[in-house]
Amino acid sequence: MNRDELKQAIVQTLATIAPEIDVDALKPAAPLRDQVDLDSADWLNFLVALHERIGVDIPDADAARLTTLDKLVDYCARKLGV
Amino acid sequence: MIEFRLPSLGADMDEGKLLQWLVKPGDEVKKGQIVCVVDTAKAALDVECWHDGTVHALLVEPGTTIPVGTLMAVLREPGESPAAVDEKLARLARERPAPVAAAPVPAPVAAPPPARASAAAPVPSERRRVSPAARKRAAELGIDIDRVAPGADGTVSIEDVERAARAAAPVAPTAAAERAVQMRKVIASAMARSKREIPHYYLAEDIPLAAATAWLAERNAQRSVTDRLLLASLLLKAVASALRRYPEFNGYWRDGAFEPGAGIHIGVAISLRAGGLVTPALHDADRKDIDAINRALLDLTQRARAGSLKLAELTDATITVTSLGDRGVASVWGVIFPPQVAIVGFGRVTERPWVLDGEVRALPVITASLSADHRASDGHRGGLLLAAIRDRLQAPDELAKETE
Repeated sequence: MNRDELKQAIVQTLATIAPEIDVDALKPAAPLRDQVDLDSADWLNFLVALHERIGVDIPDADAARLTTLDKLVDYCARKLGV
Repeated sequence: MIEFRLPSLGADMDEGKLLQWLVKPGDEVKKGQIVCVVDTAKAALDVECWHDGTVHALLVEPGTTIPVGTLMAVLREPGESPAAVDEKLARLARERPAPVAAAPVPAPVAAPPPARASAAAPVPSERRRVSPAARKRAAELGIDIDRVAPGADGTVSIEDVERAARAAAPVAPTAAAERAVQMRKVIASAMARSKREIPHYYLAEDIPLAAATAWLAERNAQRSVTDRLLLASLLLKAVASALRRYPEFNGYWRDGAFEPGAGIHIGVAISLRAGGLVTPALHDADRKDIDAINRALLDLTQRARAGSLKLAELTDATITVTSLGDRGVASVWGVIFPPQVAIVGFGRVTERPWVLDGEVRALPVITASLSADHRASDGHRGGLLLAAIRDRLQAPDELAKETE
């Protein structure tokens, strides 16, 4: 998986948790939960789905810092070594 | 003979549109099985049957809008013969001609043996399955789901819907817009009725959460994301536990009297991105430990988003809890969802100055509020309920394990 594919996988996972969102309109550097209006249960469902899909288990302490799509992609890329 | 009627759809919803049958004549049905999907102003809902039996005849065609209480299907009780049900059905049609005569005449089911009758039961040629996610997507895209061709396996999937949407460009977002309008009307009607009929009183308490948040952080640090707990789950557990002690806040005001709830079924307010909200019930919250509550909350949230809630979940909550969450504001004063008699609200957790043992410290604090029906309870008891919620949140480990 390269970085683009990883980003694609993250965005597609997000679309399963929030089917109403327009994934093409996501701003990668803007706060994700504000853009998509994710509540805490959506956010946790997203992290669980991401774990299932790409195998990255994000610890609680790290999850709070991953506020944008860019930060999420960077973090997962580091964990996966891509 | 078992009569399967369109159940109540909740406050101020008196009709629904049958989208799809999930059973056919001759099928065995178990108590609690989902037998059809009904579209309401709020969502497409899976409707369960509450009896064991064998489907004898389906009396309503998909696509038909019917009032609550309409006879939709009849089932044979275990051991009952098809001929006996036919006879009862005919008698019902004579006694109450309108509702049954309006429906298509049931196809006669062949005589026993039942296994053969089941095999010979007519299956409509256009019969197909539609996944809830596909229905949801079709509504968003303004596509008529009935016109989407299913895939090779006979199931209409999201891909089929999106293919149809591309083919049908330009897309008119009518279905989603129509749903939003309908939901607004239902909320308007229920909330206006609440404020017209229910004499609300309001109480609030600031609750320090140092113990609760420390307990959660410690638990979650050791856990995989799949077992991580939400603060919302602990708050729901505290409400459920306190309600056991103060049951007059759990139930309904009906016909001039309080009717206690059959269990502690907490309606969890979930705001929908397309507008409006749903409050599906988290059943028997007092008898679930914290992990079970957490799983149920995540599941309800996911299904509310996907449009696959069950009808019972939207109609049998005995109280509502609304949490503004970590992106909300400090406090909320809820409007009671009739015929319930109370709504508990939680604001955002904020660090505030708090006096502890004569010293001012910065602590995480949440404001809990109670809006309650003064016909069913008084402020003194309401205060005790909020105090019980506060006290339980000071001993999170004990609270999390509580199931009895």
